[in-house]
Amino acid sequence: MSDTILNIENITKSFPRVIANKKVTFDIKKNAVHAILGENGAGKSTLVKILYGLLEPDEGNIKLNNKDFKVNSPAEARKQGIGMVFQHFSLFDSLSVKENLILGIDEKMSYSDLENKLENISSRYNLPLDLDAPITALSAGEKQRVEIVRILLQDPQILIMDEPTSVLTPQEVESLFVTLNALVKEGRTILYITHKLEEVISICDTVTIMRSGEIIDTSSTANQTAKTLATKMLGQKLDDLKTNYGHIKDEVNFEVKNISCDFNDPFLTDLKNISFQVRVGEIYGIAGVAGNGQSELMDILTGENIDIKSGSIIFDSKKIEKYGPQKRRDLSISFVPENRLGHSAVPELSLSENILLSQFPKNNFIKNGIILKNNVDEFANNVINEFKVITPGNDAKASSLSGGNLQKYVIGREISSKPKILIISHPTWGIDAGAEHSIRESLIELSQNGTSIIVISQDLDELIEITHKISVIYDGNLSKPFKTSEIEIEKLGLLMGGKNE
Amino acid sequence: MNSLFPSIVSRSQSSGLMNFFVPIISIVLTLITGSIIFILLGFDPVYALYTFFISPISSTYGISELFVKATPLALIAIGLSYCFKNNIYNIGAEGQLTMGAIFGGGIGILFHDTSAFWLLPLMIFAGAIGGALWGLIPAILKSKFNTNEILTSLMLVYVALFILDYLVVGPWKDPFGYSFPKSRPFSESGRMPLLFDGLRVHFGLIITLFLIFVSWFIFSKTIFGFQLKVSGYSPKAARYAGFNQTTLVFFAFAICGAFAGIAGLAEVSGPIGLLYRDISPNYGFTAIIVAFLGRLHPIGIIFASLVIALTYLGAEDAQLFLQIPSAVGFIFQGLVLFYLLGAELLINYKLTYKKLL
Repeated sequence: MSDTILNIENITKSFPRVIANKKVTFDIKKNAVHAILGENGAGKSTLVKILYGLLEPDEGNIKLNNKDFKVNSPAEARKQGIGMVFQHFSLFDSLSVKENLILGIDEKMSYSDLENKLENISSRYNLPLDLDAPITALSAGEKQRVEIVRILLQDPQILIMDEPTSVLTPQEVESLFVTLNALVKEGRTILYITHKLEEVISICDTVTIMRSGEIIDTSSTANQTAKTLATKMLGQKLDDLKTNYGHIKDEVNFEVKNISCDFNDPFLTDLKNISFQVRVGEIYGIAGVAGNGQSELMDILTGENIDIKSGSIIFDSKKIEKYGPQKRRDLSISFVPENRLGHSAVPELSLSENILLSQFPKNNFIKNGIILKNNVDEFANNVINEFKVITPGNDAKASSLSGGNLQKYVIGREISSKPKILIISHPTWGIDAGAEHSIRESLIELSQNGTSIIVISQDLDELIEITHKISVIYDGNLSKPFKTSEIEIEKLGLLMGGKNE
Repeated sequence: MNSLFPSIVSRSQSSGLMNFFVPIISIVLTLITGSIIFILLGFDPVYALYTFFISPISSTYGISELFVKATPLALIAIGLSYCFKNNIYNIGAEGQLTMGAIFGGGIGILFHDTSAFWLLPLMIFAGAIGGALWGLIPAILKSKFNTNEILTSLMLVYVALFILDYLVVGPWKDPFGYSFPKSRPFSESGRMPLLFDGLRVHFGLIITLFLIFVSWFIFSKTIFGFQLKVSGYSPKAARYAGFNQTTLVFFAFAICGAFAGIAGLAEVSGPIGLLYRDISPNYGFTAIIVAFLGRLHPIGIIFASLVIALTYLGAEDAQLFLQIPSAVGFIFQGLVLFYLLGAELLINYKLTYKKLL
């Protein structure tokens, strides 16, 4: 049980502006689930890309079963017994499950052999699959199963899972854990990449913690708590966020009433009779697995799509569903869509110029069509200082900022105008824990000053941490709201999976 | 072992310095390739290049001619940059130029016997309107029916040329012109004033420099210029910002059309003095090269228009002194564009030879 399968010695990899891995050294034991824990940008992905043959290390050795291990491509890595399931699926949406699996096979195999093998894998590891279903019809959890089966067809000794639970419902996560346990029981080793502390404690045997490219610690997960792991991962203590609902007024100031929208597009989700109400100072969360109508709903809330079939949006007793984004901003409603690069910010433009994407009546940015550059620059500098955005200056291009910094800047831009309503999608998606914390803090502070906030997010922990009420979106339907303080995770999970009692 | 064919891989960051040098590198490579072509044709490359690029501008008259050719190129190119910055590929400037010449020239023919001061301003205005209206056709088609503006604007070039053709052999034919396909000449007050006695460089140059300055101001100081840029870089961000993209498309096409129309009018009321079939040696198409060679920047476009104007003059001299067809000018223009696009690709992408297993 305690043989070492993989020795990683002094791996160093640097990129033009950063050292992603600094003398990374640790061993992975056979027949175990080994976690690599770290924030975004800690160097986890670089390390597994090296193991999987996608990147070449500058220095260092890797030994697999005590033999030198050096691969130049994923195909070679698979041949040597290392398989990987990526966070973003690489499946052909229009093909069936079976066709996707056939495409992934490197060696020749007869059709009946394949079917036998598939059946064997499905039943042994709790991976039920409908082979003839097209990929588009599958949930995220099912797509992940296809990916796992595809890798298992090659019989790997080591399976790398990159943030496997980020798109799954709590029930799907549980079923994934059953699969992982079955794999380990058979003598395989799993390398589990994550930044979620609870998962490390519940299914991993050993954990390696990375921070800014270096190994902080490798130890058994026994006797660890989420707190101790977090401290090591972040290198600093974060204060608990304090939520307090005393300031919420009993006055609805934003209401969505029976919004329906048909798209006639297989890649978009139709919205079905969506209604909800937000009160002054309230943070209202919309949970759900990706692809259930969140971005379609967001477009309608921002006014980027005003082509709805029926229903209305009411703000300050005005019907605003036909207003475009600028007209809504004029009423002091502000938005932060999910994608930073190319949606809420233009990567090719400077931070200063990016201010101009979102103008509120109070801003004095334009006079007779001419940009008042001094005012814009001053506003940009204020956002940079107040929200601690790390950048050489307001003339730096948006693309030069890290995800977390740019998100702080974009949210800062929207918050600085003290909107009455803030509508924000995935506020902390893909950014590091430090920035995540400061963004959540500023959202709570904003709500305490009387702004109503609507947060669309896949991250349940985030919603539970900051919201007052949560409803769940599934296949274009929005559930009734639940008070966050009284909510049962189990129940939310069922709703996210489409199961209503 | 490496694979035989390289694959194209995106560079994580493109070099800002190289970006600046792209136009210069393309011109140097064009000269080198041009020398090779001259050698293959059996000419001394130094003499040939001298004939092509130096001798045309070694006299005052030559320099004046350089500005005569550069004027329409620069004016159309700056108009095109309104479209290109907005990521709209208006290929039809030649048609918009022709329509400007027809509208403005039409006024000139209608008032051929007046000597009033308002004739030229009215012709310029009509030229701008003609070009703008012709430019708006692809804009309307694009926003109403989602047609590809590259195709529609290009096809409209030929429509405009045929309309001009019809007019000069039909209704607008010079009654005293012995049936030649040309209109009657404009009156003196309908001609672009010359800037210097004895030289053909005309008032169109002043109009061009003025419009380039105005465009620089619009691009760098106004919210309209900003909106064009944002919607070119990222239509989604423009939608988020609430910019009206249909309006932007209309404005870009209308401005570009108006500039090309003025350029067309300036040609017929400047050096030509009447309407006939071949009013433009493809200025509307060549200006596309000028716009990109000048990196869509006003100053860059001024320099680029001079460089490309030189290929027109050089081609004429080469025909005279070397007996090479003047089409060699188009070869040089093509080479510049080829190297420009190639260098642009290599700035953002690199070629790598993948290792074979």
